[in-house]
Amino acid sequence: MHETTVAQSLMEILSAEAAKQNAAPVSAKISCGTLNAVNDEILRFAFEALAKDTLCEGVELCIEHKPIRARCRSCSQDFDVEFSRPACSKCGGEDFDLLPDAPLVLEQIEFQSDDNDGQS
Amino acid sequence: MDKVDVGKKILSENEKYAFENIIFLAEQKKLCLNMISSPGSGKTTILARTINGLRGKIRIGVIEGDIQTDIDAERIRATEAPVLQINTEGACHLSATQISEALKKLPVADLDLIFIENVGNLVCPSAFDLGESAKVVVLSVAEGDDKPAKYPAIFAKSKVLLVNKIDLLAGGHVDFDLERAKADARRLNKAIEIFPISAKTGEGMDLWCDWLLGSVQKGIAQQ
Repeated sequence: MHETTVAQSLMEILSAEAAKQNAAPVSAKISCGTLNAVNDEILRFAFEALAKDTLCEGVELCIEHKPIRARCRSCSQDFDVEFSRPACSKCGGEDFDLLPDAPLVLEQIEFQSDDNDGQS
Repeated sequence: MDKVDVGKKILSENEKYAFENIIFLAEQKKLCLNMISSPGSGKTTILARTINGLRGKIRIGVIEGDIQTDIDAERIRATEAPVLQINTEGACHLSATQISEALKKLPVADLDLIFIENVGNLVCPSAFDLGESAKVVVLSVAEGDDKPAKYPAIFAKSKVLLVNKIDLLAGGHVDFDLERAKADARRLNKAIEIFPISAKTGEGMDLWCDWLLGSVQKGIAQQ
C-alpha cells in the first residue's frame, strides 16, 4: 500500500519536469530494486487515481525491476538472488552477503512533442 | 516524442529527512531503533517490558506510530517513559518527515535510546528509512515460521530479529520451527542478531536487554 506514497512522489516529480519542459508527459520509465517491494499493479492503480484530471492523466508507467545481487563468500562471484532458493550461480554455495539494493528511480520521461500538440 | 533523462530518486524527499535525522541523532549521540512487525506481534508489550527491565540503566523514549488511537502511547506512558504518538490517518508506514517532527518534541537530550514503533505491517515500513541507527524486526511464533522466507525485505534489512511469544511453544499451542525461522532469516542476513523472547513471561528478555545496554554503551554502527 506504500505504492500510494510512491505514486504521489512520482506525480510531483513528473509535474515539476513537465513545467520545466512545458510539455505533457506521455510515459515514465521507472526502475526499482527488489527490496522496495513495489507491486506494479497497485502502483499503476494508485497513479491512475491520483493523476485523474491532472496533466499526468494517461501517463504510461514502464516499471523495470532490478534483482537484488549478492556476493558469494566461497568463490566471490556476484549473482542475482532468487528468493525461492538463494544460492551462488557459480558454485551453488549458500553463504553470501547481499549487496545494496537498487533505489526507486524515475529514469526517463517521454513528452509529447510540439508537432503532436499541434495535431491534437 | 521527446525523451528526457531524469535519474531522480522517487523517494528523495523521504531520504532527505532521513539523512537529517541521521545527522541529528549522530550529533546527539543517541541510538534509535525502528521496530517493525505485523500487527499484534507484541511490539508494545516488548517495549514496556524493556523499559522496565532497563530502568535506572538506560533512559528510553518512544515514538509510537499507529493508523489511529493513542492506545499504545498510553501503555508506554504507564512506564513513565517519554512517549509521542503519531497517527498516520490511514498511511501504512511512518515517514522520515514525521520522525523529524517527533524528535523535536521528545526530550532527546535526556534520553540514551529512542525506539520508533512503526505501524504494524511487515512490508511497507521496510521501504522507508527513517534515519534510524538500525531496524529491529519482531516475529511472533503465532504468525508462522515461514515469514522470513515470505517477507525477505524486512529480514534482510534488520539488525535484530526478536522472535516473540515463545511461551506458546512450550505448551504446544502453535507449530513453529524456531530453527527454520532462524535459518531462513540468516540465509539473507548473516549478521542478524536473533533473540527468542516472551515479553509476557520475561523469558529471554535479559539477553535482549543486555544487547541494548551494550549497544548504547559502545554506540551502534549505522546500517
